[in-house]
Amino acid sequence: MSLNTSLSTIGRGVRTRIGRLGTFTRFFWLLLQRSSIFLSRPRLVSQQIHFIGNYSLLIIAVSGLFVGFVLGLQGYYTLNRYGAEEALGLLVALSLTRELGPVVTALLFAGRAGTSLTAEIGLMKAGEQLAAMEVMAVDPMRRVLVPRLWAGIIAMPILAAVFSMVGILGGWIVGVLMIGIDTGAFWSQMQSGVDVWNDIMNGVIKSFVFGVAVTLIALYEGWQSRPTPEGVARATTRTVVAGSLAVLGLDFLLTALMFSN
Amino acid sequence: MPSLSTAPDDHVLRLTGVSLGYGDVDILRDISLDVRRGQVVALMGGSGSGKTTLLRAATGQIKARAGQVILFDTNLAHVDGEVLQSLRQKMGVLFQQGALFTDLNVFENVAFPLREHTQLTGPELLCRALDTLEAVGLRAAAHLKVSEISGGMARRVALARAVVLEPELVLYDEPFAGLDPISLGITARLIRSLSDRLGCASVVITHDITESFAIADHVYLVGQGVIKAHGTPATLGNSSDPYVQQFLKGESDGPVPFDYPNSQQFDAWLARQEAKK
Repeated sequence: MSLNTSLSTIGRGVRTRIGRLGTFTRFFWLLLQRSSIFLSRPRLVSQQIHFIGNYSLLIIAVSGLFVGFVLGLQGYYTLNRYGAEEALGLLVALSLTRELGPVVTALLFAGRAGTSLTAEIGLMKAGEQLAAMEVMAVDPMRRVLVPRLWAGIIAMPILAAVFSMVGILGGWIVGVLMIGIDTGAFWSQMQSGVDVWNDIMNGVIKSFVFGVAVTLIALYEGWQSRPTPEGVARATTRTVVAGSLAVLGLDFLLTALMFSN
Repeated sequence: MPSLSTAPDDHVLRLTGVSLGYGDVDILRDISLDVRRGQVVALMGGSGSGKTTLLRAATGQIKARAGQVILFDTNLAHVDGEVLQSLRQKMGVLFQQGALFTDLNVFENVAFPLREHTQLTGPELLCRALDTLEAVGLRAAAHLKVSEISGGMARRVALARAVVLEPELVLYDEPFAGLDPISLGITARLIRSLSDRLGCASVVITHDITESFAIADHVYLVGQGVIKAHGTPATLGNSSDPYVQQFLKGESDGPVPFDYPNSQQFDAWLARQEAKK
């Protein structure tokens, strides 16, 4: 392959990706412009919060419990070497509220609710439901996409809080009930070491940003999908891949911004 | 029976010298047709002849490359989003597959346009949606999910949804496709009776000759990218035009070839397949 061909291939790739980023940003802007439906018809949003949030609750809670178990065990093995096993509660709480709660919730959300959103929008497109709305003088972006976007943004921090809460409970079960660490030390170390603003609020901000990113990617992929079974399947896969990578990339950026001195 | 009592200048939809296409390909050219209040107009043609493309032009989903599409005295080439929305509120569209909202039940599908575009109270909305469902014989199916009804019933629900706002123009895209003979006859009579009762114009895109000739006031025959013939069902039935005769009699020999035309791409593909042997 000649140098010219290689350069043109790279250039074309870069241009395509910049173009896609522009389309994605414009898509986000169009949804924000139509967000007044959030206030005028809040029931549409609450229905979607129920659909997205409630149906994700079980997987989030069960995953949180197991992550808490593992954190309890791994934390104990490490802290025990230094005779600091009373700090297990603090370690579990900080790990979950700062990092694992928002990140793992967002990854699970991309797999559970994100794929569901993409498939739903893609199938609505394939079944001409979105076109039907359009010719009924109903803006499908405003009526279908905006309530789902806000539902995802609202549901994500709540789900992350549930994940962290159940995870801490899992750490307590392993650390206190199974291993025998003093329960007073477990909770008091956590109480004194976890800062509401620096730790918990930063975790909430993270999960809010992940909620925007994952829900937006899921809706965009569904909206842009080819209206065929294969097109919808590919869009669903792209939602998981792009959503997960976006969460991990954004997590690094946010961690660097929030926790650097 | 077809109604012929229309005022001569009572146009709802008028296409003049319209060309339509996608990408580099022109699908239709120099299309002119008129639809008047109270008329049932059938738009007929073979598969892939561009009938649905014409419907998309009438709803403003695609722009004409040449000519004018005049909808309710408004040229669609010059309308912005808000004007187009207000024009669309005066029309109903029945999609080929029904396009019912699968997350809503039968009642909510029919009530959907009322919820979006009217300020009706709960009881008024219930009454109006049930009355419309009654007109299509599905009042007692209001509570059913879309997945629980047959294809013929789904088409009738979609018909109810298309007319629930009592539009001035209703566009039907292949309303008879895939229906059993009983549902087909019922649907055809419904289209005629709704048109007569509401006084709206109806455009029926179809290739079902018997039913559409029975209910239409005027028939346009689309083929090879142009309007090949038009007139009343009786006029077209007596036409000696070979294209019209081939279409009406369903003959394989005539101006429309049965075989898909050969192309360089096909020859290249065939050569590759034979080289593999």
